[in-house]
Amino acid sequence: MSEPLLDVRGVETFYGNIQALHGVDLTINKGEIVTLIGANGAGKSTLLMTICGTPRARSGTIRFEGEDITNAETFTIVRRGIAQSPEGRRIFPKMTVLENLQLGAITAPEARFQDNLDAAFTLFPRLAERRTQRGGTLSGGEQQMLAIARALMSDPKLLLLDEPSLGLAPIIVRQIFDAIRTINQQRGMTVFLVEQNAFHALRLAHRGYVMVNGVITLSGSGQDLLSNPEVRAAYLEGGH
Amino acid sequence: MSGQATLKEAGLTALLSMVLALPLIGLETVEEQGGLTLDTRLLWVLLIGAAVFAGRLGLIAWRSRKTVGTSTAAARRASALGETMHGIMPWIAGAAILFAVIMPFLPFANRTVVDLATLVLIYVMLGWGLNIVVGLAGLLDLGYVAFYAIGAYSFAMLAMHADFTFWMALPFAGLFACAFGVILGFPVLRLRGDYLAIVTLGFGEMIRIILLNWYHVTGGPDGISGIPRPGLFGLEFTRNGDPAFHEFFGLEYSSMYRLMFLYYLILILALITNWVTLRLRRLPIGRAWEALREDEIASRALGLNPTAVKLSAFAIGAMFGGFAGAFFATRQGFISPESFTFIESAIILAIVVLGGMGSQVGVVIAAVIMIGLPEWFRELQEYRMLLFGAGMVVIMVLRPRGLLSKRNPTIRLHAKKAGAMR
Repeated sequence: MSEPLLDVRGVETFYGNIQALHGVDLTINKGEIVTLIGANGAGKSTLLMTICGTPRARSGTIRFEGEDITNAETFTIVRRGIAQSPEGRRIFPKMTVLENLQLGAITAPEARFQDNLDAAFTLFPRLAERRTQRGGTLSGGEQQMLAIARALMSDPKLLLLDEPSLGLAPIIVRQIFDAIRTINQQRGMTVFLVEQNAFHALRLAHRGYVMVNGVITLSGSGQDLLSNPEVRAAYLEGGH
Repeated sequence: MSGQATLKEAGLTALLSMVLALPLIGLETVEEQGGLTLDTRLLWVLLIGAAVFAGRLGLIAWRSRKTVGTSTAAARRASALGETMHGIMPWIAGAAILFAVIMPFLPFANRTVVDLATLVLIYVMLGWGLNIVVGLAGLLDLGYVAFYAIGAYSFAMLAMHADFTFWMALPFAGLFACAFGVILGFPVLRLRGDYLAIVTLGFGEMIRIILLNWYHVTGGPDGISGIPRPGLFGLEFTRNGDPAFHEFFGLEYSSMYRLMFLYYLILILALITNWVTLRLRRLPIGRAWEALREDEIASRALGLNPTAVKLSAFAIGAMFGGFAGAFFATRQGFISPESFTFIESAIILAIVVLGGMGSQVGVVIAAVIMIGLPEWFRELQEYRMLLFGAGMVVIMVLRPRGLLSKRNPTIRLHAKKAGAMR
């Protein structure tokens, strides 16, 4: 394998004086689905946000396609091809579905808009039905679909997803995860998935990392982690 | 609300108003030999208490009637009303523009009416300009009048020192205001909400104080007088103009022509402001403004540069303020720092907020209410401000989110063919 798409080395992030990440190493190769699992407050979202440049890493390096983006501005990082569906979805509630998608495409060349829009509606037909509806009137699952579709509108090379299953019914979670698998398999989209729902995430992912208190404690293929007794005990026992 | 609670609330409100009214209305100074004496008017205080009591009862009754139906039904009614409004809005706007165009030729249009309409249109234009900053980009600007002042002084000084005509100076007035918008915006746009509001407030005052004290350049409190009037392609609106408008068209001289010309001038300027705003809203830049207003974090995650987006809104809003300022200077013929006090900023902001943030038609209605009505009812003297206050209260009770607060999507159904990004 050549150079990884995203290479995180020894990243330490602080909120004021509180250290949230303690030297995190993580790589994502092109075409992979990589998941990061861990308990609430482990630092998963912090790592995802650090990749995007808010907050900045205090030490360590983040390289995307071989280039150092550790100290780049958030909007330039996004323009290099890292799109994210942020925690809590953060769609624009007063704008229609179509307007939300247009905003997702704001950094992409205009000629690609129609193709990307068609692709988004094929992936989530529900959004096509509701294209003129305001974002705030969608159900939670539809809002999550919209957040992912909006991120995909910028033609990213790497898609970051922060807890897409949060607060959704199991059947919707399955739909969302199926969609993630589809975009990975059909378009070769590289996906970095931050999840608390360890079981679904590990089954979907090629590789996974486990984070505890700002440190990566385990890594391996999705299957290995699923059968790892420590992971089972900490994240999977007690049904899903 | 139970009957007892209703009575209690109304009684409490009445009591409060009577406490307030006691010194304000209950005491009267009477001139007698040897000085002033105090007279009491307790009956007035009682009357005010009774009026407030009745008014509060009425308000409570009105509110409970509204909440009797389930809130979803009410919301559906409201949204149905919104949809209807949405459908007929282009017609209303078209009719309003048509009316504005033929208005000076209608029988009731005398000097006062045309002059007042010109004044209202200045505020409509300022409201539309500020609407870009406050309504679309969501940046609370309390110093908008500074850009208005910069536009006015730019034109006045260019005319005084470089013999610029109105038409030559107009682009520069907009440009200077725009440049000041960028200069102010660059350092302060990282601030948000209240902090931004305070800095812009300070900026507005700074500009006014500079104009007041930089005596040898701005004339200080004396202002600048003798600002040239605008002409129509070189035709002057004076009796002995060379060439004069009335002679060129073979008409009798009348000073009315100039008033009408000024009226059409501001009408066109305002409509250009509106047109540009509506176009910008449909472009990615306009959508970026709205996105930033809704959610700054999400906007950054989509690759928007917040500083650049805010700066563009600030600069474009300032530019229209500058144009309006140049018009104001040429209409008045005289400007002084007194025309650009904080109260002007407050009035323009009130027009935007009352109109419903981001609503173009709302701004027009609010400008008519805020500027037109108080001028129109000048005969009522001090009572007009009382009515004005009452009107504001009514609007806040009935339409707390502005007169027209429904946001129209920038794209409609079937907009796909017309190029969805346009």
